[in-house]
Amino acid sequence: MTEQIDKALEREYEAGFVSDIESETFEPGLNEDIIRRISAMKNEPEWMLEWRLKAFRVWLEMEEPDWAHIKYSKIDFQSISYYSAPKSMKDKPKSLDEVDPELIRTYEKLGIPLIEQQMLAGIAVDAVFDSVSVVTTFREKLEEAGVIFCPISEAVHRFPDLVKKYLGTVVPTKDNYFAALNCAVFTDGSFVYIPKGTRCPMELSTYFRINEQNTGQFERTLIVADEGSHVSYLEGCTAPQRDENQLHAAVVELVAMDNAEIKYSTVQNWYPGDENGKGGIYNFVTKRGICHESAKISWTQVETGSAVTWKYPSCILKGDNSVGEFYSVALTRSAQQADTGTKMIHIGKNTKSTIISKGISAGRSNNSYRGLVRMNPGAQGARNFTQCDSLLIGDQCGAHTFPYVESRNPSAIVEHEATTSKVSDEQMFLCRQRGIEPEKAVSMIVNGFCKEVFKELPMEFAVEAGKLLEISLEGSVG
Amino acid sequence: MSNITPTTEKSMLTITDLHASVEEKNILKGLNLDVKPGEVHAIMGPNGAGKSTTGYVLSGRDGYTVEKGSAVLDGVEILEMEAEERARAGLFLAFQYPVEIPGVSNLEFLKASVDAQREARGEVAYTSAEFLKLAKEACKQVDLPLAFLKRGVNEGFSGGEKKRNELMQMILLKPKLCILDETDSGLDIDAMQVVANGVNSQRSPDRSFIIVTHYQRLLDYIKPDFVHVLSDGKIVKSGDASLAKELEAEGYAWIHNEPKDELEGDLL
Repeated sequence: MTEQIDKALEREYEAGFVSDIESETFEPGLNEDIIRRISAMKNEPEWMLEWRLKAFRVWLEMEEPDWAHIKYSKIDFQSISYYSAPKSMKDKPKSLDEVDPELIRTYEKLGIPLIEQQMLAGIAVDAVFDSVSVVTTFREKLEEAGVIFCPISEAVHRFPDLVKKYLGTVVPTKDNYFAALNCAVFTDGSFVYIPKGTRCPMELSTYFRINEQNTGQFERTLIVADEGSHVSYLEGCTAPQRDENQLHAAVVELVAMDNAEIKYSTVQNWYPGDENGKGGIYNFVTKRGICHESAKISWTQVETGSAVTWKYPSCILKGDNSVGEFYSVALTRSAQQADTGTKMIHIGKNTKSTIISKGISAGRSNNSYRGLVRMNPGAQGARNFTQCDSLLIGDQCGAHTFPYVESRNPSAIVEHEATTSKVSDEQMFLCRQRGIEPEKAVSMIVNGFCKEVFKELPMEFAVEAGKLLEISLEGSVG
Repeated sequence: MSNITPTTEKSMLTITDLHASVEEKNILKGLNLDVKPGEVHAIMGPNGAGKSTTGYVLSGRDGYTVEKGSAVLDGVEILEMEAEERARAGLFLAFQYPVEIPGVSNLEFLKASVDAQREARGEVAYTSAEFLKLAKEACKQVDLPLAFLKRGVNEGFSGGEKKRNELMQMILLKPKLCILDETDSGLDIDAMQVVANGVNSQRSPDRSFIIVTHYQRLLDYIKPDFVHVLSDGKIVKSGDASLAKELEAEGYAWIHNEPKDELEGDLL
């Protein structure tokens, strides 16, 4: 039985190809000079460079964290290249016609057409390739609505006041080791600003691609939703199949002003390494949002890739009546490791948070949920509900749950439910006895397990997530 | 040995000298059975006789090893086939305790089953709309509210609802041979009657049934053509429906007076 399930879970990593693109790549190494060069490549103002250098000095004083339930060989930060960009991007192409067709083909192959006529209507895409943003679509249309959606390297020039005002306010430089590193060496990412009372007319999405060898990707995303605005943002990631590990250390900051709503969805499919755990991406990411009064931030993530995942998209519920949500599916197989979860920090009165986490472990993988729910003294009437389910496939994998609850307000209510189950012989036999192939049976059972999270994903991503888990979408009952 | 006279008439299922084991323990020790199209056979017997094992061995469950013998379903030897291939060949097992599959809607499960079987027969898959219509009809037939189509497979169903759900699967899959494994367990009289009526409505000249049961009471509602007593992995006595009544009155002891060596609980 286990054999059949393993077979069912075996899949080619379809995004594992390498694009033949001539790049300008820094030699490996990390020092102040490298940071100055990154800043110079982006033609940054002095304040940005100072911010980076300050962060670098902070990082030098910090220790790599070791509390997560993951094992990996120590990262040699001097052996990584911190900047790589296609040469053709040097002249800053002004329109899509000037972009290297090979780059456009790369995204097409990944199912992300960048030519607006071919795109899914209603989704604007920022395509980040190694250290630079290649193109951002539908910008004019968005600007008509007052929405800013552009590479963060461009926002530093065009909207310095906004960037200065919010950058590093949700995830401070000192927050953690990888966040500090990101502050020092971040290269590109997306910047979003939704003006007051505006409902963003399209889904926004950023597609991250690592192509170059020995290169780290350090992207930085900042989304600011002003009072009463609304935005839904999607993020996808892939990388070629390579034998050595590559580091991806991103920082995402979300700011939801009073009555604003941000929905942030991720389908993470970085190269997971081979069957024996060779190669793959180290995905060490800090994602956090702050909610002002009556604001709402909803994180949905489907994590299927990466050799090691270390990631806790969190909400600081500062304003009264604000709402935080975290919906997560994390699938690990072969030798993959994931330590992921969330933090919900309740500061304001009557704040609410919901955590639904579904961990699926197969092969020899290890999958941990780690979550913190903190009710501060002022969080009168705050509520949290956490549901944390683990599904085991086979008998060599591990599922772990590390829930932390801190309540300093007696009126706050915290609920935690956790289950661990297996894809059972009985379930498999029932499916097969009705004529269903074992492969289809596994994906159906796993799909069922993840249903509560999948229904939170925007339609297009639900499709991609389904494909990733080899799941055919559910039939016709609406 | 079975006292059913072999005939040259076409059989739905012919089991010949079937020996099977579970975890290296021999359970079936020379089972013979011949079922003609349209017939209903009841297999009765004490706990540990191999009743449930018979259903699992025939349907190809992992962990059940055939040591010897053959089973021919409608002219096709099935013992070498995978479980799903046997299902597609027309074999249906109604479970004693149907398992839950949380989050997978009944409708999705039913359509996946029917699609897989139709595909194997080279038939075109139903469209979602066509299938929904069929499923709704089947749901009404077994007297379940339509909301059950949207609910997870057996998720939070009562014992009776689970059995009716099995029946709904049978109606949609239209099998040639149905094996009902202790279908009456966990049912009160009313629920049993509903299930029995459902089974009776599915009887037809080209569909056969094997009803595995410990108690005679189910056979008051589903009238068998033949009753067999299974003991220690073999059929030790066969007769018509009246044999079930005798067993009810006398118990299984009168069939076998010699003591059983390894009389353990029903294996599954």
